[in-house]
Amino acid sequence: MARRAAVGLAAAGLGGCARGVLDPVGPVGADDSAIFFDALMVMLVIVIPTILLAFWMAWRYRASNPKAEYLPNWSYSGRIEAVVWSIPILTIMFIGGIIWIGSYRLDPFKPLPSKSPPLEVQVVALDWKWLFIYPQQGIATVNQLVVPAGTPVHFSITSASVFNVFFVPRLGSMIYAMPGMVSQLNLQADRPALLFGQSAQFSGDGFSDMQFQVRSVAPAEFQAWAQAARGAGPMLDPAAYAQLMRQSQRVSPVTYGGVDPQLFQAVATQAIGPGPGPQPENPSHSGREVSTGGRR
Amino acid sequence: MFGKLSWSAIPLDQPIPLITSVVLILTILGVLGLVTAKGWWPYLWREWITSVDHKRIGIMYCLLGSVMLIRGFADAIMMRSQQALAINAPGYLPPEHYNQIFSAHGTIMIFFAAMPLVIGLMNFVTPLQLGVRDVAFPTLNSVSFWLTASGALLVNVSLFIGEFARTGWLPYPPLSEATYSPGVGVDYYLWAVQISGVGTLMTGINFVTTVLKMRCPGMTYLRMPMFCWTVLAASLLIVAVFPILTATLAMLSLDRYFGFHYFTNTAGGNPMMFVNLIWAWGHPEVYILVLPAFGIFSEIFSTFSGKPLFGYRSMVAATLFICIVAMMVWLHHFFTMGAGAAVNTAFGISTSIIAVGTGVKIYNWIFTMYGGRVRFSVPMLWSLGFIFTFVIGGMTGVLLAVPPADFLVHNSMFLVAHFHNVIVGGVVFGLFAGIDYWFPKAFGFRLHEGWGKAAFWFALVGFWVTFAPLYILGLQGMTRRLQHVNIEEWRPLLDLSLVGVGILIVGAVCQVVMLVVSILRRDELRDVTGDPWDGRSLEWATPSPAPFFNFAVMPNVQGEEAYWDIKLRAVESQQLSPEPRYEPIEMPVNSPVGFYTAFFATVTGFALIWQIWWLAGLGLAAAFAGFVVFAWRDVHEFHVPAEEVARVDRARRSAREALLERLGQQGAAT
Ligand code: HEM
Ligand SMILES: [Cu+2]
Repeated sequence: MARRAAVGLAAAGLGGCARGVLDPVGPVGADDSAIFFDALMVMLVIVIPTILLAFWMAWRYRASNPKAEYLPNWSYSGRIEAVVWSIPILTIMFIGGIIWIGSYRLDPFKPLPSKSPPLEVQVVALDWKWLFIYPQQGIATVNQLVVPAGTPVHFSITSASVFNVFFVPRLGSMIYAMPGMVSQLNLQADRPALLFGQSAQFSGDGFSDMQFQVRSVAPAEFQAWAQAARGAGPMLDPAAYAQLMRQSQRVSPVTYGGVDPQLFQAVATQAIGPGPGPQPENPSHSGREVSTGGRR
Repeated sequence: MFGKLSWSAIPLDQPIPLITSVVLILTILGVLGLVTAKGWWPYLWREWITSVDHKRIGIMYCLLGSVMLIRGFADAIMMRSQQALAINAPGYLPPEHYNQIFSAHGTIMIFFAAMPLVIGLMNFVTPLQLGVRDVAFPTLNSVSFWLTASGALLVNVSLFIGEFARTGWLPYPPLSEATYSPGVGVDYYLWAVQISGVGTLMTGINFVTTVLKMRCPGMTYLRMPMFCWTVLAASLLIVAVFPILTATLAMLSLDRYFGFHYFTNTAGGNPMMFVNLIWAWGHPEVYILVLPAFGIFSEIFSTFSGKPLFGYRSMVAATLFICIVAMMVWLHHFFTMGAGAAVNTAFGISTSIIAVGTGVKIYNWIFTMYGGRVRFSVPMLWSLGFIFTFVIGGMTGVLLAVPPADFLVHNSMFLVAHFHNVIVGGVVFGLFAGIDYWFPKAFGFRLHEGWGKAAFWFALVGFWVTFAPLYILGLQGMTRRLQHVNIEEWRPLLDLSLVGVGILIVGAVCQVVMLVVSILRRDELRDVTGDPWDGRSLEWATPSPAPFFNFAVMPNVQGEEAYWDIKLRAVESQQLSPEPRYEPIEMPVNSPVGFYTAFFATVTGFALIWQIWWLAGLGLAAAFAGFVVFAWRDVHEFHVPAEEVARVDRARRSAREALLERLGQQGAAT
């Protein structure tokens, strides 16, 4: 498995293997997919017999079957009507229960029960990369998320330009990143793993590479990583952030050794204005000039 | 002088759109040339372009929808092949082109393929089934059609001049705002949809009025064929929600054109508001499409089982129930926006409640077959394929309605598979079934059965081979709208899906061959009786093709199955009802106002897209002038003399007598 993951990683150049939402590595994903399966089972119990009944009925009463009686005027039966309404109603009552309980239990804003305090991560969706700010550690990364295994992570998510969706399939629930708004999401990875995260809302030309690596590592390793990162490498100062706001594609992971603690606040409240969008003079701008509609 | 328009708008540097446009333009020129050379223009103008006959308009709608269906399918082929080729590779379509393709695909399929086909069948069938001679507002109907065609034209012009939206078929701001989409693509989308949307709204008004006000004597509400009920429900939905679409897109236009801030990032704009509004239209829209398809299936199940529809009244109830609840579920398209648990619960439950109405319908169709004599003709095959496919699509819909489950697969290939499952399996299968079923009524001959069956099997198998892998890919975490794919493991399923598209192509070819073969062999396939399927509702009381006035005398309906009762009585007494006294008929006169209005609407739309203000003003003024002239016209109707009516109806009666004789012999034999 590790080998496969490594191959996948090499091939992807991004990290994480493709196994999806039904193979969760954390409690939220596990609960989501359990609910998915519960609902699927309830539905299958009713859908499979229905399909079989339809085919049987058509075959049994085929015109060429002399054994089937012909009831040319039969078109009503109160008993069948009652059954016909009850079956879907009962099914939907089951499903309704699942919806009700599940929506409350898996509300993304709800903190996860845990002995250890959650790690805070602030997420900013940019054109077309993800910025992760670790306010407690005073560091930031781009397109790379490192989290301690077994510890809940509390994400505060916003966007500096257009809508995106923050989604790590194997951790569970996704949520929108929206400009001028902060969504919250609580996730946890149970064990060290290499996962793949992405935007799940189309956001423009660079969308297909708006993906990131998620490394869940042992807590001690996380501490070591954060310590080593702090103060090392580039700083996320206003100039660096202004650079980040410009559109760019296929951005490789970066770690910033320092970040303004108010940055996320400033982005979310739009004290720092939103990203500039396409700029024809920007070298990474692709596409025909007509895309600016003759406006230059 | 020409606003933003300049030579750089023509994609001279881009081979794919360039070649497509050139081929397209040559084809169009070829067709126009042929029409001119053969001198068909007067005929076309008189009999089709200016026609206000609901059957002609219905046929033109279906033609438009079919052509656009092929265009949308071509987009689909490009998307599936791009994704299969672009696994750790760039593929052949760069993002700025790929993104236009999926946006155009969705827009074309919903607005310009599915809607015209649905509305086309509504047009063709409803007045015939209600036993009347036309819709409530025949000229308005023609305007509706031509405005829809105008929108379709604008979308296709974007291929050659400028670009189309790159924002998806629902252009969510802020991406669709001028800052992030400065090009004309979104403007093409906006004006194409706005213009055709006006047409659709007028269709809705027209058909609500027609069903409520234009039924023949004895056709009480609870005697209407099921299809008419679904037309009523869909039209009510159109009237209720298309204004929302128009207003929402108008607000986005104000943002883009005049720097308003309805949905912008800055200055207090709220993009989430757009998402709410667009889905407040968007969800009902899917039911606008599928309800008439449900109506088609109801007709087919009953006709081909040789029985009345089981539980007619509960079908009516389920239809109206769906019609109302459809407007209360829109939030399920964005459970993942982080509304609280209470909101998600409420909308999750309301969404799954819709499935109750749908479930009841499925069982009623199944029990319609009970005790029947089921004939597996082409329409019936589509209907059975529909039950199988749609039940599964409904099931995955319910899974998506469970918020925590949706948190895993929202916007994924699973979602893509869900809605194709219901739209292809429900709407498209229904349309193909309906076209096969009513084709003889429109053209006087049946479609070739063998090719029809082949088309069905390829479509069914092709559908599942294309979309079943997408369900799995969605569960593997693959999101929708990827221009290229970074994960090697997804390759096998993407390849498989492409194979499915290949099968679908074969199915599409079968449809075309079916049409050609049927036309060539129309004499063998001729429907001389007017009742090729042993039908039960009034359209089968007319000859095939139906005369332009539909009914020589107004039918007088005595029971739930108008024509079946007439037929039974005739067979029992071995004679037709006595010949009525024929009277002259008043029919609406042709009018060029639809074509004229749409022409100037197209000009205005194009001018607005390119911000050529003087031209936009000119176009609007000209369109308005057309309305004024129309409003002042004196002659609305012409008389069909009684002798002409009698001649047509006597021919019908003699065909019926032959049928009656045959039925009598059959009755004696069994
Ligand atoms: C049987 C009951 C149905 C249920 C419970 C249901 C449920 C849903 C839900 C919850 C979504 C949103 C999922 C998401 O975005 O994450 C959805 C999407 C969609 N459904 Fe259904 N659905 C049903 C039937 C239909 C039918 C009959 C149609 C069309 C004829 C349809 C067309 C669509 C479309 C077009 C979308 C997505 C559009 C987009 O995002 O671009 N659905 N459905
Ligand atoms: Cu919906």
